[in-house]
Amino acid sequence: MDAVMDEEDLIARQAGIVPAGPVSAALEGRADILEMTRKAAEASLRPAEPGGISHAERAAIAVRIARLNGDDALAAHYAAMMERADVSGSAAILADPGLDGAGDARLTALTGYIDLVSVAPKNTVAGDIETLKAAGIGDADIVRLAELTAFLAYQVRVIAGLKLMQVTA
Amino acid sequence: MSETLHEFTTTIPEWRPRVKPIALATASQAQLDALKVTPSNTKVSDYVLVLANDVETLTARTPLFNAIMYNRGGMGRAERELGAIGASVVNRCVYCAAVHASRFNQLTKSEEVTQRIFDDGEAAELEPRQAAIFRFAARLSKTPSEADEKDMLALREAGLKDDEILDLILSAALFGWANRLMHTLGDPVAKEPAA
Repeated sequence: MDAVMDEEDLIARQAGIVPAGPVSAALEGRADILEMTRKAAEASLRPAEPGGISHAERAAIAVRIARLNGDDALAAHYAAMMERADVSGSAAILADPGLDGAGDARLTALTGYIDLVSVAPKNTVAGDIETLKAAGIGDADIVRLAELTAFLAYQVRVIAGLKLMQVTA
Repeated sequence: MSETLHEFTTTIPEWRPRVKPIALATASQAQLDALKVTPSNTKVSDYVLVLANDVETLTARTPLFNAIMYNRGGMGRAERELGAIGASVVNRCVYCAAVHASRFNQLTKSEEVTQRIFDDGEAAELEPRQAAIFRFAARLSKTPSEADEKDMLALREAGLKDDEILDLILSAALFGWANRLMHTLGDPVAKEPAA
């Protein structure tokens, strides 16, 4: 499937929205928001200027976060995106919630932040940002990482909510 | 330097960044565009200056945020704020909760609902429609989401239409995003008294 077309109706497809049904009608009423959501996905997953976090690593982080949220179908979508980008060693580690960095300081700091902020954001403290800095991750890359992690928290919940709408429609 | 606030409040705190905000003097044109900086508008919060470090996402996020919270039709503004508060309580974003609780209070001209939520958290007792909205938003905010068919049916039983339910999903999910930025990239601190 064409990679760009694949992104266009990602949320509706992932949520299993039935065409011409009541949920589909509600989504049409918010078509602008779905389009803006797609643009935000593009900006956080495949930005023109990725800084210190490559497209492959971003897709891998998305696989990890989808898995932490128990969403295997979304994880499979991002695993395909990761393979299209490049499956380097770092991406394979980032994609697997069972791995915490494999002894690499940068990957350990990244996975530590991603796991904590995805699963228990209420437990974050100032030291979590200091850990990223100590691993050599610069301020701009910390913000890129935070946006990517936070965007995925949004996307996975929009899909989860729409699934519930669809099954009870 | 003021201490980080850990308890919920409707007094909007200051936000102290943990990473460097960009400097307007050296900002790129894309950053200035995203910040909507013009000769007559140079007042930008530290929070937005921090987010400008990732200008592509900030540029996409600002109109999306405004559309979800303020677009016409669908769910009323106060109820969208309640969705935002549900997420902010679960994620313990003291700053976000303060901003959106005070907006909710202004819109409803009452402080009772947010006071109950701040006192009792997810166990707060609210009237049925607000209870269904708050409960759904809070449970959708867990990882993985704990919202289930029963929570969705409770929304329908409370009279919410599909367009309103969609707006609730969007506002609660949006604060899964906003809370994770605000609560990790900086600290809420009490406003310094004016010198």
